Amino acid sequence: MALRDETGPYFGAYGGRWVPESLVAALDELTTVWEHAKTDPAFLDELDELHRSYTGRPSIITEVPRFAEHAGGARIILKREDLNHTGSHKINNVLGQALLTKRIGKRRVIAETGAGQHGVATATAAALFGLECTIYMGEVDTERQALNVARMRLLGAEVVAVTSGSRTLKDAINDAMRDWVTNVEHTNYIFGTVAGPHPFPAMVRDLQKIIGEEAREQVLSLTGRLPDAIAACVGGGSNAMGIFHAFLDDEDVRLLGFEAAGDGIETLRHAATIGKGRPGVLHGARSYLLQDEDGQTVESHSISAGLDYPGVGPEHAWLADLGRAEYRPVTDTAAMEALRLLSRTEGIIPAIESSHALAGALELGRELGPEAIILVNLSGRGDKDMTTAARWFDLIDEGAEQS
Amino acid sequence: MSEPSAIVPEGARGAVARLIDERRAQGSGILVGYLPIGFPDLATSIDAAVALAENGVDVIELGPPYSDPVMDGPVIQAATQQALANGFKLRHTFEAVRGITERCDAPVLVMSYWNPVQQYGVERYAAALEDAGAAGMITPDLIPDEAGDWFEASDRHGLERVFLAAPSSSEARLATVAERSRGFVYAVSTMGITGARADVDAAARGLVGRLRDAGAERACVGIGVSTAEQVREILGYADGAIVGSALVKALADGGVDALGRLAAELAAGKA
Ligand SMILES: Cc1ncc(COP(=O)(O)O)c(C=O)c1O
Repeated sequence: MALRDETGPYFGAYGGRWVPESLVAALDELTTVWEHAKTDPAFLDELDELHRSYTGRPSIITEVPRFAEHAGGARIILKREDLNHTGSHKINNVLGQALLTKRIGKRRVIAETGAGQHGVATATAAALFGLECTIYMGEVDTERQALNVARMRLLGAEVVAVTSGSRTLKDAINDAMRDWVTNVEHTNYIFGTVAGPHPFPAMVRDLQKIIGEEAREQVLSLTGRLPDAIAACVGGGSNAMGIFHAFLDDEDVRLLGFEAAGDGIETLRHAATIGKGRPGVLHGARSYLLQDEDGQTVESHSISAGLDYPGVGPEHAWLADLGRAEYRPVTDTAAMEALRLLSRTEGIIPAIESSHALAGALELGRELGPEAIILVNLSGRGDKDMTTAARWFDLIDEGAEQS
Repeated sequence: MSEPSAIVPEGARGAVARLIDERRAQGSGILVGYLPIGFPDLATSIDAAVALAENGVDVIELGPPYSDPVMDGPVIQAATQQALANGFKLRHTFEAVRGITERCDAPVLVMSYWNPVQQYGVERYAAALEDAGAAGMITPDLIPDEAGDWFEASDRHGLERVFLAAPSSSEARLATVAERSRGFVYAVSTMGITGARADVDAAARGLVGRLRDAGAERACVGIGVSTAEQVREILGYADGAIVGSALVKALADGGVDALGRLAAELAAGKA
């Protein structure tokens, strides 16, 4: 069977539904509705139209030669998900799940968010479709992504700062699940990545695979061939699965996922789930997981809120075990250097998450040499990260305040 | 001489099932009390469980703290987070079970989220539970669909295995849960997470009825139960009432004495 045809609930030994019984009926309903919708022309037309006239798809590709000079001269091509409405790939998934919410007839949506991009996308779709919306966000993340909190509120969403546990994405998911268990009768959970219980990993992947399908055609027509390697950052793994999927059965195309290594994977402060974790169950799926010897989830660390997650989607765990995709660590420092380099050489300010993929591509280019073509998923733009970048690079004059 | 095969050997029913059957014959049911292990510390949590048993709680439900307890509300989250911060380790689970079963006769059911069990090894965990004297385990985030290892290990070690049923569960799922559970089925009274509620939903009564129709031999109702009145009401149609957050709050606010008083008060609901 082609790797592309895997639809879950299991990806090899991974995936499944490790959830309280209270959620099973809702997951069954979502599965049934999604199975029908994904081949229903009316649904697909409506989604296509939203992609075209609301998100601005297809997103373009941009070749970045001045940046590529720092990558051993390999050709580097960016898939510009940063240009989507709301500023990242997250909108692709959210519009699909918001349409499903309407089909199921629920009036309220909830979501977790780390960087705030999935929260902003969900709040946006809620505004567009007239749905009530509550977003769960770890308190630590509400501080480092304050701009996105303001955006969500302006869009009419309620933002709940989660104060339990590590106060980041993992705990935001816990609270969103608790809300869902309680309010499932009228509430749909719009999950933001390819993790969680079935059908989320397969459904979110299906809604994001448009990234790779477009990019495959675009790179072919620009260069006359497929890329040698694809680079994407991996938090839960949705932008990576989105760009990998169309290439899964192209054996000569290397697939590389870059995980956040924080202070370094030799330290305890990182989010390199596949690199340093081992299989376990978290948030409804069996996958790799950062955990201690007792199976308690270990807190992750990354400068990037969107990658600061101790789990990863089950399809990635499967691809890693198969050896079809490789996963490598990128430190905070390397990612921030790549962020500055792309800004200065190409006039494109990437999200810190995406900067992990850029840093990975720099390393990869040096390995592969000048003949290589590397496709990078530029999953989001860096506007939301200006406070963090300003602090990191010391960009704002002391005492200066924005009026 | 071997026993006639028509008679089910005593061992086929676990300790909790036998207790329920006994009570049912007397026209009553059981009171199940939940406490987290290691809160406020390991020794006190063992004393607290014994105090429950001494004050009319029939079955002890012991929760090993877990980093991501998605079925728990604020009271239990706060207690288990504190226990983890104080250094709770998985092996304390077996120490606590042994400590309690040595001091009282109440059967002990461990209520564990699944990842710690899987990491320890399902077979090894079951063996350790049996060895420590536990009656079985309640699994809040393990559904029968994913429980192949646990069916085998629990059967091998004679452990009761309690799955949850929800008001939203289909008839087909209720039938599976009923068939796969040993001891009783945990009927989730309302759609939601743990925490005291003013009234336990009519949904609980309906769910227990549907469970019986689906073949469940024994069903206990939990989530939101906090008063003797609720215990009495539940025992009117179910085999047991399960109290959690209210007990944890009593222990947090007033220590083991306050906990014992609340347990005695709740136990009055069995009369
Ligand atoms: C721009 C951007 N890229 C990547 C991610 C990580 O998520 P995923 O791994 O699901 O693509 C996020 C998450 O917030 C994001 O905002």
